[in-house]
Amino acid sequence: MATTETNDGHGEAHGETRRDFLYIATGAVAAVGIGSIAWPFIDQMNPDAASLALASTSVDISALGEGESMTVMWRGKPVFIRKRTPTEVEEAKEVPLSELRDTDARNPNIGTGEATDANRAVQGREDLLVMIGVCTHLGCIPLGQAGDFDGWFCPCHGSHYDTAGRIRRGPAPENLAIPPYSFPDESTLVVG
Amino acid sequence: MAGHGPKTHFKNPAVRWLDSRLPIVSMMNDQAIVFPTPKNLNYMWTFGAILTFMLVTMIVTGITLAMHYAANTAIAFDQVEKIMRDVNFGWLLRYIHAVGASMFFFAVYMHIARGLYYGSYKAPREVLWMLGVIILILMMATAFMGYVLPWGQMSGWGATVITNLFSAIPLVGPSITEWLWGGFAVDNATLNRFFALHYLLPFVIAGVVILHIWALHVAGNNNPTGVSVKSSKDTVPFSPYLTIKDGFAIVIFMILYAWFVFYVPNYLGHPDNYIQFNPLVTPAHIVPEWYLLPFYAMLRAIPDKLGGVIVMFASLLILLVIPWLDTSRVRSARYRPMFKIAFWIWVVTCIALGYLGAMPAEGIYVILARIFTLYYFGFFLILMPVLGIIETPKPLPNSIADDVLAKSKKKHADVHTGSGAGTPEGAAAAPKKD
Repeated sequence: MATTETNDGHGEAHGETRRDFLYIATGAVAAVGIGSIAWPFIDQMNPDAASLALASTSVDISALGEGESMTVMWRGKPVFIRKRTPTEVEEAKEVPLSELRDTDARNPNIGTGEATDANRAVQGREDLLVMIGVCTHLGCIPLGQAGDFDGWFCPCHGSHYDTAGRIRRGPAPENLAIPPYSFPDESTLVVG
Repeated sequence: MAGHGPKTHFKNPAVRWLDSRLPIVSMMNDQAIVFPTPKNLNYMWTFGAILTFMLVTMIVTGITLAMHYAANTAIAFDQVEKIMRDVNFGWLLRYIHAVGASMFFFAVYMHIARGLYYGSYKAPREVLWMLGVIILILMMATAFMGYVLPWGQMSGWGATVITNLFSAIPLVGPSITEWLWGGFAVDNATLNRFFALHYLLPFVIAGVVILHIWALHVAGNNNPTGVSVKSSKDTVPFSPYLTIKDGFAIVIFMILYAWFVFYVPNYLGHPDNYIQFNPLVTPAHIVPEWYLLPFYAMLRAIPDKLGGVIVMFASLLILLVIPWLDTSRVRSARYRPMFKIAFWIWVVTCIALGYLGAMPAEGIYVILARIFTLYYFGFFLILMPVLGIIETPKPLPNSIADDVLAKSKKKHADVHTGSGAGTPEGAAAAPKKD
C-alpha cells in the first residue's frame, strides 16, 4: 500500500494495485472467518464437560491383600491396582536398567525419572502398583500375572510386561502408563 | 449437463488428463464460471445461492448435532440439554440449526415469491418450478420431524396433531396413523423413525436441488423483465459477476442470521418445548413453527376434519399446476398492472394467514381465516387464468440489454439535471463488458 500514497495524490493507486489489495484483504477476512467457524465444528468432538467431570475415581483399597489385584474404571479405561508379593518386588528390583526396552518411568506423579521399580511403585509404598491397564501397543487389556516376566501379558499381539509393568518383550513401545493419583488417607486411593 | 466430452482446453496437463476422462472441470467451468446469466438480475435472485448455503449449513450442523443426540424417549430431552450445557460449542451448533430452520424458510419464501412475481414458473421453466415445489414439501416434512426430536411438549403434541391429519382419510386413516406412529400414540418408535427420516431427507433434498439447478441451467435464469435472453449482449458470465453478488448477499443474510443466533436464539421458538413431552397433558396453545402457520390457519378454517386436511395439502399441491393456470404470455408482473395488485394482495393474505394461525381458533379469527383462505385459492384458480385474458400488459422491452440501457440513460439524465455531483460512470460502464 506504500505505492498508494505516491500515486496520484487522491489516495488512488493504479487500478491493479488497489484491486490486488482488496482481493488479498477480502481473502484474508474470508480465511479468518472460515477458520473461526470451523473450530466449533471440530471442538464439538472433543470430550465434553460431562466426560471431563468423570476424570477422577475414588477407590477404597483397605481390603486389598498381598498378592491381590483389583481393577477400577477411570476415564473409561481399566486401572490395575496390585499389592505385590515381596518376590515380585525383588524380581522387579533386580532388573538392571540396561535390560529395559523403555527406560522412562512413565509416572506423572514423580515427574520424569528412570524406570526403576521405586519410580514405578507408589512412593513410600513399594508393594503397591497403580497402572493404566491398557497395552501401549494398540490398546488391548493385558492379562495379569502372565507372560514370560510374571507381570502382564497382552494376548492381542504378545507384549510381555514385568512385575513393575515395564515392557520387556513384544511390539509394545512403552511401559504401562501410570495415572496421576493421590492418597487422601491410608485406605483411599484417588485416581485422576 | 456436459456428457459430450470436454469442450474447454486447459493448460495444466493434470487437469487436461482428468478432464478428458471425467469432464468435471469443463462442467464446472461451463456451469459455474462462464455460464451466461442475465445482466439485470436483482437481489431477489440471490436467494438461490442463500438457500444452497442454508442447506449446507443445516446438513453440517445437523450431522454434528446427531453425534451427541439419542433418539430415545427416555433420554432425548436430556440429551438436548446435554448438547446445550456439556458439549463444546453445543449451544452454538444447536442454535445455528434451530434458527437455521427459520432462516431457511424465510429464504425459500422469498425465493418462491420472486418466482411468482416475475413469472419464473412459466414455460420453459415448468419442471424447474415443480422441482422447487417438491423441495418445499420435503423441507416442510424435514422441519416438522426435526422439531419432534427435542421431545418437548411442542414436539410431542405437534407430532400428535400432524400425524392425526392422516386419520381424516376415510377407511384407512386410523391404520395409516398407527403405521406412522409404530404404536397407538406418538412414542419411542415414532421418535426413532422421525430421527432416521430427519437425517435422510436433507440428502434427498440435496438430490432434488441438483435436479433443480440442472433444470435451471437448461432454460437459463429468468430475469426482472421476463424477456428471454436473445444475445450475448443480454448476459454476463456467472463468475465473477454473480458469484460476488451472491457472496455479498450471503454475507448480509449471515448478519441477520447471526443476530438471531447470538441475541435472540429462542425468539422464533416456543417456551413450551423446554418442558419434556408429557403424553397426559396438552399445552393450552398448540401452534406450529411460524413458517407453517399459514397452512395451519387454512387447516383450521375449514369446519370439517377431512375438508381441512384436503385444503391444507391442496394449498401446497396447487403450486404444482400454476404454470398451466396462468394464461398470460407475459412473464414479469412488472408489465402486468392487474396481476401485480393481485400478487401483493396474495402476499398480504399469506402474512395474514400466518398471523391467524397463531391466534386461537375461535370467533373473528376463524371468519378472517376463511376469507383469506378463499383469496389464497382464488388467486391461483380464478385470478391467474382470468387476468391473463382480460389484462392489457404494458409494452415489453425488446431485450434485456435495451431495458438496462434505457434505465442507465434515465439515470444519466437524472444525474445531470440533479446536483451535478458525481460522474455518471455507471451509465457508460454498465454495457462495456459484454
